[in-house]
Amino acid sequence: MDILSLTALQLGKAIKEREASAADAVRAVLDRVKEVEPEVNSYVTLDEEGAFQQAEEVQRLIEAGEFTGPLAGVPVAVKDNICIEGQLTTCGSRILSNFKPVYTAEAVLNLKKAGAVVIGKTNMDEFAMGSTTETSYYGSTKNPHNLNHVPGGSSGGSCAAVAARECYYALGSDTGGSIRQPSSFCGVVGLKPTYGTVSRYGLVAYGSSLDQIGPVAKDVPDCAAILEIISSHDTKDSTSVKRKNYHFTEALTEDVKGLKIGIPRDYMGKGLDKEVEEAVRKAAKVLEENGAIVEEFDLSLVQYAIPAYYVIASAEASSNLERFDGVKYGYRTADYRDLHNMYKKTRSEGFGAEVKRRIMLGSFVLSSGYYDAYYLKALRTKALIKQAFDRAFEKYDVILGPTAPSTAPELGKSLTDPMKMYLGDIYTVAVNLAGLPAMSVPVGKDSRGLPIGIQLIGNSFQEKTLLRAAYMYECATEKWHETSANIGKEAQENGKTI
Amino acid sequence: MKNKITDEVIDYVGILAKLELSPAEKEAAKSDMEKMLDYIDTLNELDTEGITPMSHVFPVNNVFREDIVTNGNNREAILSNAPLRKDDSFEVPKTIG
Amino acid sequence: MAKQYETVIGLEVHVELATKTKIFCGCSTEFGGAPNTHTCPVCTGMPGSLPVLNKQVVEYAMAIGLASNCKITQVCKFDRKNYFYPDNPQNYQISQLYLPIARDGYLEIESGGLKKKVRIHEMHMEEDAGKLVHDEWDDTSLVDYNRSGVPLVEIVSEPDMRSAEEVISYLEKLRMMIQYLGASDCKLQEGSMRADVNLSVREAGSETLGTRTEMKNLNSFKAIARAIEGERERQIELLEEGKPVIQETRRWDDNKEHSYAMRSKEDAQDYRYFPEPDLVPIVISDEWIAEIKSRQPELRSEKLERYKAEFDIPQYDAEIITESKRMADIFEAATAVCKKPKKVANWLMVETLRLLKEHNMEPEDIRFSPENLGKLVELTEAGTINSSVAKEVFEKIFTDNINPEKYVEENGLKTVNDEGAMKAAIEKAIADNPKSVEDYLGGKEKAIGFLVGQVMKAMKGKANPGMVNQMLKEALQEH
Repeated sequence: MDILSLTALQLGKAIKEREASAADAVRAVLDRVKEVEPEVNSYVTLDEEGAFQQAEEVQRLIEAGEFTGPLAGVPVAVKDNICIEGQLTTCGSRILSNFKPVYTAEAVLNLKKAGAVVIGKTNMDEFAMGSTTETSYYGSTKNPHNLNHVPGGSSGGSCAAVAARECYYALGSDTGGSIRQPSSFCGVVGLKPTYGTVSRYGLVAYGSSLDQIGPVAKDVPDCAAILEIISSHDTKDSTSVKRKNYHFTEALTEDVKGLKIGIPRDYMGKGLDKEVEEAVRKAAKVLEENGAIVEEFDLSLVQYAIPAYYVIASAEASSNLERFDGVKYGYRTADYRDLHNMYKKTRSEGFGAEVKRRIMLGSFVLSSGYYDAYYLKALRTKALIKQAFDRAFEKYDVILGPTAPSTAPELGKSLTDPMKMYLGDIYTVAVNLAGLPAMSVPVGKDSRGLPIGIQLIGNSFQEKTLLRAAYMYECATEKWHETSANIGKEAQENGKTI
Repeated sequence: MKNKITDEVIDYVGILAKLELSPAEKEAAKSDMEKMLDYIDTLNELDTEGITPMSHVFPVNNVFREDIVTNGNNREAILSNAPLRKDDSFEVPKTIG
Repeated sequence: MAKQYETVIGLEVHVELATKTKIFCGCSTEFGGAPNTHTCPVCTGMPGSLPVLNKQVVEYAMAIGLASNCKITQVCKFDRKNYFYPDNPQNYQISQLYLPIARDGYLEIESGGLKKKVRIHEMHMEEDAGKLVHDEWDDTSLVDYNRSGVPLVEIVSEPDMRSAEEVISYLEKLRMMIQYLGASDCKLQEGSMRADVNLSVREAGSETLGTRTEMKNLNSFKAIARAIEGERERQIELLEEGKPVIQETRRWDDNKEHSYAMRSKEDAQDYRYFPEPDLVPIVISDEWIAEIKSRQPELRSEKLERYKAEFDIPQYDAEIITESKRMADIFEAATAVCKKPKKVANWLMVETLRLLKEHNMEPEDIRFSPENLGKLVELTEAGTINSSVAKEVFEKIFTDNINPEKYVEENGLKTVNDEGAMKAAIEKAIADNPKSVEDYLGGKEKAIGFLVGQVMKAMKGKANPGMVNQMLKEALQEH
């Protein structure tokens, strides 16, 4: 059995049926990591010893009949902005290069209660600010499908790790598309839940009103199973919503008859890569052929989502990142004259360029005299964008479109023109502003072999509708588009070294 | 409408955000901010008259906890990441006032 | 011809609420713990931590707002106030700016014999900061986050006060009301109540407000009064010299009786307030307001009237006893035991206040049980002990909370009514002190006091002084 080629659910079943052990899986993953990490750089830290210890403990509890969940014993990777007690949590930044949290995030506690084995922490854009995972202090992650290209961001490490089979699934975080976009660039399934579905306790905050933790998976059933485990109502998070129903795996039926799918005309125009557009329309056709009703419509306000997002996210981030000051934890500059000098030097040395850029912008838009014109204006725009989605969901069950206007750009081409990079978020940011659930599903590759993803957006609390549509698509296409990256030993064997 | 960001503005924002930029970084910051603000200005095309600014997407209210002590003495854990510790406190440069 | 100046004063009062836990986490608010022993990831601003609001804080804030005639803001929110300082773990304070919990109230004060309304602009909830201790050795500062996250209510008045007297009257009224509500113990010296004074001056008769300064570090009523006088003089002097008053924050040094400007250039004072995204709005229903109102305990003025009527004690006595809720509670509990309200009142007004002053304590610090006071009154009423013995026993009750009945028994303090022993002591006193006897018989009535004293000494203080006095007089008549 090629243990690494199994999905998370398949592995979970194999372990339950004693065809494999948790330790076998850990071993296979760690061997794979050794093989491809030098090229991909998905991980910031690996916890080899801890992983084997966890595997042993989990195996014991599975055999004792205490862990009966579908993902017990399955190795997972966690994005490095999610706190795990005693483990280095860097957020891809120098300013937390020595930080070990004294508590574990609720989402990870939920995973552990279900028998997950945490392999390590994945690389990311610094403090989740970026779309390429090139702003990390720990080096760029490469796209496993083509090592000259970016994996996307900010959850680039998590998505690359899943695509390169360096873990069975991963957790990412999404503030403006940070799970969905890298998922589409890496050819994996990624989902951002409705705001408030997964506890934010333990997620280092970037844009508090927009952040959510979500699954990155090999396929849709895995995605649903992970979501089911990590979602919970947490009294430690005041924005946590108590859902009526957490049985997301019930949505895995191959039935989209009568499902009304709307494709925004405003998404499909100028700026969209031709090959991406083609792949999206083809995917829509598949759903139509299986009984869905697909039509185009005007969503409106699409071009205002990005400016509104950047005002709000930067403003919240500028405040959330004030705590990094060298006083209580993290990096402190070596030489300083006095208190304020210590603050300035610590932060200027500890933060990278993109983070500083957004902190400056955020501080500016909140400052005296500008608050009304920028911040309040953005909040009003947010209200209107939510209204536009509400209107759309009166007519449609799912909104379908591309996840990103292009496939993964080459390394080193994005950071010199930040504005252009921001425009790549055009399809994803509005979803965070409105608090809606959305997922990215692989639908093909472009002529350079780079994956393309479609984004499915649902109304609030309608993850099941999304999972149903995605599952239908996956089954109808026999998961043709969900293949792991051709990299490492097997690529060499196939003569396809990149 | 083109935004013009002066050195004074960058310095002011630097004080607010406790960031110190080199002269080269300052130039880049001015230019970046100008571009971003020009782009953000497109929001002015949108008529938001009479729209209430929306901070929270869902109408969730009144999330409380009871007034019961649930935390004990976590001192060692809380101090474990201190960049500079003296006895049982965090040490910082002298504060005025 | 000197110009007449009017002082215009507004107050910002911070009150530490008497909740068991902090405003956003389950850490204890108990005073005096070793540094950083009442902390957790939330109140030390660890990455990924989130605040959850303590319901009791909202209810205390509502109670204070209602008792000061404010309108409750029925949809209120929290905002972040952003500034860098080490006692502020997140470098932002969660406070309320745009929608504070209560607005537009007033307190009625009495000053110079006249009644006056001081309007309250608004009242809001916020979190306290940690404590900074200067380390002399290394010339650095040490941060203790025990106090970080302790709930505060800030009460902002309109600039309606015109003198130090009015300010003190307002603060006393506010403090008493909040103590009576049980919302805070309001101890200025301990910092559970802090007052910042906003002061400006203007020529008498002018309608426009002058530039105001803010003064901090005022730790007693006397310091507040001195600071007001000092700042008024400083501002008048500036204006007389044609110089402008600069709007700034000044720190009052009560030892030097002088203030100096606080803020440095490194602090832009631009707090960039915006709604706190980690907390949801508070929606306060009419029902909830009614419930808080109904729970309001008897406030001072009602209690005062009731004591006069129910216990038949005079206005003066009732005022003193009800000045502190603690004192009033002790009064009622002691009276319930001995049924002698006037006696109890006396013990509180005279001996208790004396001992409080001597030990530099406030009524809230009283440790003895009122039942013991009640029993003491019973013992004196029954004549079991005399008044000087009673005073001695009361001191023991005050410091050690002894049971008076047991103590009297164990120490043999009961009044001796042995006539024979008294007669003997009286005869000895008369024999030993012929001068005093001569003085008394010669018309100096007061000379008997010395002789009574001598008899009491011989009786080891346990005789009934009234009886001694009477028997002495009789004996001297026969002399």
